[in-house]
Amino acid sequence: MKDTIEPHVTEDGRQIGGVLMEMKNITLRFGGVVAIKDISFDIREGEIRAIIGPNGAGKSSMLNVISGFYHPQEGEVWYRGAPRPPMKPYEVARQGVGRTFQNIALFEGMTVLDNVMTGRLTHMHASIWDQALWWGKAEAEEVHNREQVEKIIDFLEIQAIRKTPVGRLPYGLKKRVELARALAAEPSLLLLDEPMAGMNVEEKEDMSRFILDVNDEFGTTIALIEHDMGVVMDLSDRVVVMDYGKKIGDGTPDEVRSSQDVIDAYLGVPHE
Amino acid sequence: MELLNKIFVAPFADMVSAPDFLMQVLWEGLVSGVLYALIALGFVLIYRSSRIFNFAQGIMVVFAALTLVGLHEMGVPAWISVALTLGVMFGLAVTVERVVLRPLVGQPDIILFMATIGITLFLIGFGEIIFGGENKQMITADLGIPTGDVVLEPFGGLLILQHIDITAVVVAGLLVLGLLLFLNRTRMGRAIRALGDDHQAALSVGISLQTVWVLVWFIAGIIALVTGIAWGSRAGVSFALEVIAYKALPVLMLGGLESITGAIIGGLMIGMLEKLFEIYWGGPLLGGNTESWFAYVLALIVLLFRPQGLFGEKIIERV
Repeated sequence: MKDTIEPHVTEDGRQIGGVLMEMKNITLRFGGVVAIKDISFDIREGEIRAIIGPNGAGKSSMLNVISGFYHPQEGEVWYRGAPRPPMKPYEVARQGVGRTFQNIALFEGMTVLDNVMTGRLTHMHASIWDQALWWGKAEAEEVHNREQVEKIIDFLEIQAIRKTPVGRLPYGLKKRVELARALAAEPSLLLLDEPMAGMNVEEKEDMSRFILDVNDEFGTTIALIEHDMGVVMDLSDRVVVMDYGKKIGDGTPDEVRSSQDVIDAYLGVPHE
Repeated sequence: MELLNKIFVAPFADMVSAPDFLMQVLWEGLVSGVLYALIALGFVLIYRSSRIFNFAQGIMVVFAALTLVGLHEMGVPAWISVALTLGVMFGLAVTVERVVLRPLVGQPDIILFMATIGITLFLIGFGEIIFGGENKQMITADLGIPTGDVVLEPFGGLLILQHIDITAVVVAGLLVLGLLLFLNRTRMGRAIRALGDDHQAALSVGISLQTVWVLVWFIAGIIALVTGIAWGSRAGVSFALEVIAYKALPVLMLGGLESITGAIIGGLMIGMLEKLFEIYWGGPLLGGNTESWFAYVLALIVLLFRPQGLFGEKIIERV
């Protein structure tokens, strides 16, 4: 099911480019358990790509493969047109792949601002001495990094809690701070692991808006995993559907929605 | 009445009537305090970056001092011995990360704590095999540390500052300052502060666990060497030096395990308070030798009222 989408402009005027990341025949096993079985798909520049599927379908495993937390036994991950050797998660991060986690991974003892600042670590290049003494380009760099961070804080509307230790924030806001930190790194590819899990309707709407805005404003390519079908269908350009570690569907929300395999495996009886 | 007088009146009267002596006491307290603060910083760094309470910090002081003296005894010039010792401490950091920490990633804190006890026992045995167990002399003079003293006359009295102590305070102070700059300003420093909170999150923003761990253990090693030299110059180099490092424990309880400022202020406080108490209260009332326990009792009292330490981050439990 190899698609042949050319770079194009979507109806709402966003630019979809060439292939940014491609998974080629990925198989991931944990001992005897096959978490992902021979899955291939690609992620194009500028699009919002969703991975959906029932619990235990292997979605999170797939995200972990992309971000380097897991290493598949078979298959290749291609990034920017070249195969990527097995990498540690921090190396993947330095290549421009940012992510959030299903169970929020924040630096709880630090303030929101400091948390988001850590997202800029990969953008600090001044030498250790310059940084310590604020000589040379270190100061300019610091100022620039702060500006970027403030921009993102404004963008995600968390100015009011900038100085609050993250540990004190409610769940929905933590999720937003985590998104802010990932964004601060200016990732080429942003991976969101269930960005709306555990949120109420209002928070979900906010988060959807932010995801769309991020994609629209910064042109960030986004790959997300989500349970909430309605949300996914509204958000994404293309959807991969997984079930029991296999890919059972891939295409636009409409195509996926009408695919019999997907309906059988995941959606059940369509509502219309 | 007599007792109350001895507790609440006499000590303060003594302080006021002989301010030069008070200054002498405070100065000596400050010297110890700076070194306590330094060791406590070593603990805080490792704790913040890995949530490991590094029991081996004390023995690292001994091991570093022994290595330095041992190398010099073998005929290596003093300053080259220092460089080589730093190399050995770096090797130790790499080994600890490789052999102990890496395989134990993700294990409960208590297991990592036990592992540092293992490191302690190993270093004791290893140190004795190589350098022997007898008391050695620190190579103060060979390192070019002056051994005289400065005599000041404040308030018409007498204040004697040992050159060794001045050097210790200056070097330790510079090291603390350097560490503060490093932690607050540099990329790596920020990484260290972030890492302990959440390893996954750290990885996702491009921080390498291994690099940071090697680095903090190496910094702990440098701190151990400086403390070893300073303390070895006064008390000789033996395994008894380990006890000095345990003085950092009450410092940590006062300052909180996570707080860098807390470690520094806590260290200075303990150093000075235990000296003051010894001279003005402990000696006259309890027959002296209170320095060995005063810090621990003080920490215990603080813990009763502020379990997170004086400067520790407030523990907020969401239910």
